Amino acid sequence: MPPTPCALCNASRALIIRPKNHQKLCKACFISLFETEIHNTITANSLFSPGERVAIGASGGKDSTVLASVLKTLNERYNYGLKLMLLSIDEGIKGYRDDSLQTVKRNAVQYEMPLEIVGYDELYGWTMDQVVSQIGKKGNCTYCGVFRRQALDRGAARLGIKHVVTGHNADDVAETVMMNLLRGDLPRLARATSIVTASAASEIKRSKPLKYAYEKEIVLYAHHKGLDYFTTECIYSPEAFRGSARTLIKSLERVRPSAILDVVRSGEDMARLVPAEVSGGHRGGKDVIVNEGEAEGDGGCGSANGRASGGEMADMEKQLLENDGARDNETEITVNGHKHDPNCNKSNRMPKKLRKQQMGKCARCGYLSSQDICKACMLLEGLNKNRPKTQIQVSVEEEDSSPTLTRRMEGLTVIPGHQT
Amino acid sequence: MDTKADDEGNLPIVVEFTGGLELLFSNQRKHQIALPSTDENGRSANLAFLVRYLCQSLMTGRRKDMFVTDGTVRPGILVLVNDADWELEGEDQYELKRNDNILFVSTLHGG
Ligand SMILES: [Zn+2]
Ligand SMILES: [Zn+2]
Repeated sequence: MPPTPCALCNASRALIIRPKNHQKLCKACFISLFETEIHNTITANSLFSPGERVAIGASGGKDSTVLASVLKTLNERYNYGLKLMLLSIDEGIKGYRDDSLQTVKRNAVQYEMPLEIVGYDELYGWTMDQVVSQIGKKGNCTYCGVFRRQALDRGAARLGIKHVVTGHNADDVAETVMMNLLRGDLPRLARATSIVTASAASEIKRSKPLKYAYEKEIVLYAHHKGLDYFTTECIYSPEAFRGSARTLIKSLERVRPSAILDVVRSGEDMARLVPAEVSGGHRGGKDVIVNEGEAEGDGGCGSANGRASGGEMADMEKQLLENDGARDNETEITVNGHKHDPNCNKSNRMPKKLRKQQMGKCARCGYLSSQDICKACMLLEGLNKNRPKTQIQVSVEEEDSSPTLTRRMEGLTVIPGHQT
Repeated sequence: MDTKADDEGNLPIVVEFTGGLELLFSNQRKHQIALPSTDENGRSANLAFLVRYLCQSLMTGRRKDMFVTDGTVRPGILVLVNDADWELEGEDQYELKRNDNILFVSTLHGG
């Protein structure tokens, strides 16, 4: 095959084929176009204001490393006037987080950004290693995901920063859209597709500048720019991508590369149809949605992105079955725009019941929550109740995690549209 | 006569694994290998043959499904031929040349 020339400069050899439009580009044109598109996303959504202090949620992985690199470049090129810094979470996982934090520390030097690291141990009194030694490996990703969301907010608060950007990419958003579609979870679908999420109680805004960037292009950008990132999977979720919605997204991309952005756009369109009372209420401006820190993925792990954990397609099938019996006395909101045909009464086409979001503060920690006690505090209560008195008990706990805790966990996850 | 292969009929090439795939290949990123210049049926070695060869001869991890599904490279793994996307080079039909650099990058791991 003769080398293909670049579609933009017509001079250099094309090395990249863009998933969204099959455009064939040389390395230099690709890097420049990738950066320009992120800039366009930032300006079109007015993500930043001059002089703003912004923390980049940094895991040392490809997404947040690319985000830090691109934001530094754009901040200098277009004079955003941002004060950028890196904010990392130390989950306390020996041999995994230790190494990825080394990458973040190198990034801090490479990008000349200050770095703040907040640890689960100081925030919650538990490292993930300790959590796993107590509850076993099953379900530990739930703890990790719940703790991480609060940790980013608390880290930002400690720095006096009101805006945290995360490395969520188009594949992440498409995956979340798919999952919430399959679950029928409209409130979360609405929050997940929004580029900016803000929470009234924490005053910390979250945004995802890479929302429209394909994961494939992020990896290629990192490769062609020679960025330094960390790639080992979390040791507690070694099978995280098996049988996952992620696999489905990647298979769709193989068949039709534009599918990922198509799913993202469809998610946005559907989110617009979700009433504000359901999605958690709009707070001025378009595409700003109040959340309690749940919009970003499904509490999975392996990255600061909180990617969905593995096997969730199978888990969901089970959940959907359980949900059929879980219709409790929720505040009922009927989604309008659906003419009710009296002849259809016998069928199951009932309007979907949705739970109304009511946000308050956690009675224990003050974090935004729709329940009296937030999810993290609930999990901590279970952990602390069963904290082993001696080290010897730890191994006994491995197989049989606390039944009360398990039951509580089920209550937290199976109800559709229910935010805890 | 054959300028492509060495004396034993092998093509010297460099194969690299990143993004977590190195775990399947002795936890080593870069491998210098001598690929038979023809496949099982005597045709010139292409990328499809290379992938089969890697599974048989180089893979040390047990999780073959992390690398290959349905007989081809798993969706979500990027393949670069001398830095170019393999889609620009005919995908698995690309015929390997001496000193080619083939990079496999998994995008499936944490970001
Ligand atoms: Zn070009
Ligand atoms: Zn709390």
